[in-house]
This record gives sequence, structure tokens and C-alpha cells, in this order.
Amino acid sequence: MRAIAAFQRRVLLAVILALLAGAVVAAEGGVPLPVIPKGKGEQCVEPTPVIRRDHMVFLLHQRDETMHQGVRSKRHSLKECIECHVAVDREGRTIPVNAPGQFCAECHSYAGVGIDCFQCHAATPDSGSRPPASAVHASSELHGGAPHAGFGGALMGPRLASAGEGSK
Amino acid sequence: MTKACESATRPRPTENHRPDRRRFLGGAACAGALTLVPGVAFISLAGARSSEQPVSDEHRWGMLIDANKCAEGCDACVRGCVEEHGLWGHDRPETDAQWIRKVTVRDKQTGHVTSLPLMCQHCQYPPCVDVCPTGASFRRADGIVLVDKHTCIGCRYCMMACPYKARSFIHEALDQQKPYAPRGKGTVESCTLCVHRVDAGGERIPACAEACNAEGHRAMLFGDLNDPESELSQSLTQYASEELRADLGLRLGIRYRGL
Repeated sequence: MRAIAAFQRRVLLAVILALLAGAVVAAEGGVPLPVIPKGKGEQCVEPTPVIRRDHMVFLLHQRDETMHQGVRSKRHSLKECIECHVAVDREGRTIPVNAPGQFCAECHSYAGVGIDCFQCHAATPDSGSRPPASAVHASSELHGGAPHAGFGGALMGPRLASAGEGSK
Repeated sequence: MTKACESATRPRPTENHRPDRRRFLGGAACAGALTLVPGVAFISLAGARSSEQPVSDEHRWGMLIDANKCAEGCDACVRGCVEEHGLWGHDRPETDAQWIRKVTVRDKQTGHVTSLPLMCQHCQYPPCVDVCPTGASFRRADGIVLVDKHTCIGCRYCMMACPYKARSFIHEALDQQKPYAPRGKGTVESCTLCVHRVDAGGERIPACAEACNAEGHRAMLFGDLNDPESELSQSLTQYASEELRADLGLRLGIRYRGL
């Protein structure tokens, strides 16, 4: 009886050891910590632990002030974050901050948090170049079209009839 | 004002030095003007608003468009706007965004053709703001009507409410937005009166007016409606101008001449 109890203890010990060892292996070989590319400046606008935890709060606050009150201070503006943290490839082109491995994406993919900012906001300071001509119609064709046809007459009252709307 | 004060306070050669009623009133008026001076200085300082300061109703930005100077067939303003805000679309005029468009109207009786640019009229009482269920459509203190795309749910009530058909809905995912003009799928947008330029201060005027000037037409005059000294206010005082659909009583920021 005593021999059986001793055997059980040994088995239990072995199981615990195995579990511990497994945990250590997981910690060493698990998801690697994000490696964040360094920004241009010497120091961030806030201490690193603060900006790491609260950058979304700063951005949200700044966003409302800028949008509604026209406050364009640079301290917590998304544009300035991008300005400082955007990386440049070998050919000197800026890489979007939300591209894999870049400043925003590196941490956000580690934390499993999506970023919606760049659905609307430019992810590089110099973006906004016109797509190739084949993909774009001439701008003069922009402004004809069905939705607004005949609208001039409604605007000007019955005295004037619309001669059509368009750039011509 | 200074001249009037001088003439009122300085005794005329023919006048004796007895303080009469007229001189007393003149002096009082000058004292009033002097006490106003610090206020005037404050306003001129506020003209150069720092980037930290919120906008206020000291300014009301607006525009006077002279349809007589607007050339038929010219779309420089439209191209200027497209380039400035990156509004290149997908070659689908029914759904591509347009913040400004050219309208051509013909008088049936005389055959006279009028050509004019039409965009958001930046109403003082904007119907788009009235109907917006989320508060995304709003009027800034300085009179610029904008869409806060962070809170816009894309319901398009504002597009229905706008009497000028000034707003567009973004149907498709975009890329290559300008850093100063964020735009995205599922939101409504319209002319911002180049708010990024206005906020930057200085002499920069909206892209459409700049393009019109560059073309030599000078049909679009941008300025501060609240500043009686501005070229815009002076022109509005001097010449007859009108609002589009003035019957709606929306008090527009954009006014027209020669319609």
C-alpha cells in the first residue's frame, strides 16, 4: 500500500515538472514580442509607458478638438505621429505605418487590435498622389451625370431653364 | 474716426472757448472710441489665431462668386478642388464624389447663358445639420459646415436635406488620400471651404478660388464676412448680390453676383 502511494506521488511530481517545463518552453518559443522601429525624434511627446497605454485617448481627444474647433496643435496629432514614425525603404520611398512590421501594425498585430484610422487617414506623410491616368477619367467628365441633371433650373427658379449641368 | 474726433475736439478758429454742447458730445464720443481701442487690438490679434486656439465666431468665412466673370466651359475651380483633395474617382460620374461643380443655366426668353460654380453654401442655418442623427454634420463657429466622418454613419439624410445637392457619399474603399483631407468609404463629404488652408492662416485662399485666379477670371472672392474691412465685405456692400434659394432663409456664406 505504501509502495503504491509513493509511486503515485512520484507520478504526480513528474506531471507537475513536465507541465512547468512546458510552460517555460512556451514562453521562450511563443509569439515574439514586437520590435518597434525607432522614431525620428529623440523623445516622444509623452513618456513611453504613457503613450503606449494611452495613445488612443490622446488621439481621440485631439481628433475632436481639431475637427470641431479647428485646434491644429501638433502635440497629439495623428499626422505628427506618422511624420515621426514613418520608415523609408531602400529607394527612399516612405512605407505606410500600417504596413506589416511597421510602427503601428507591429504592436497592433501583436495585441490583436485592428486599426481603423487608415481607412480614411493617409498612412504616409507624402501620400495623395494621383493614380495612373488609365485608372482615372479626365476630371472634366466628373461633373456631368444623371444625379444632378436639370438641377440648375430648380435652383434659379422658373425664370431660367437648365441648359444642363456639366463642366462644359 | 480719428479725423472726426479731431475736428470735434479742436476748437475752430471762429469758435470761442466756451465748452458748448457739441464739443462736449464730441469729446464723449472720442472717449468712447478710446475705450474701444483695446477691444479692436484684441480682434486684430485674434485674426492671427494660433494653432492652439479654437475657432470663434469673430470670423465668418464666405465667398462672393461673380457669374459674369465665370467663363462658360472653364472648369478650373473643379480641377483645382479635385487636385487639392484627391477627389479622383472611379470614372463613374453617378457615384464619384464632387465637392464643386459647374452649372450652366439659360434664360428661355433671352437665351442668355449663365455659368457658375456650385458647392456647399455654408449656411448659417444648415438643413444638413438639422437632420443629422449623430451630430456628424455640424457648423463650426466660424461658419464652415463640415462632416465629422468619425461619427458619420453614412445614412445620407443630409444629402436629402441639402437644397443645393452639395454632398457626396463615398461608395468605395479609397487609398491615396491627402494627409490633410481624410476621406473614407461609407461617409458623406462636401466642400470644406478648404478648412486646412483657412486654419493654417496666412493669405491662402480655397483651392477653387486660387485656380480661378490663376486662370485669370477672378470670379471667386473669398474672405471674412464679419470683417467690414475685408475685400469681400467691401464688394458685398458695393455690388448687389444674392443667395441661391434665398426664400429658404438659410443665410448662406456663399453669395452670387450676376445671376
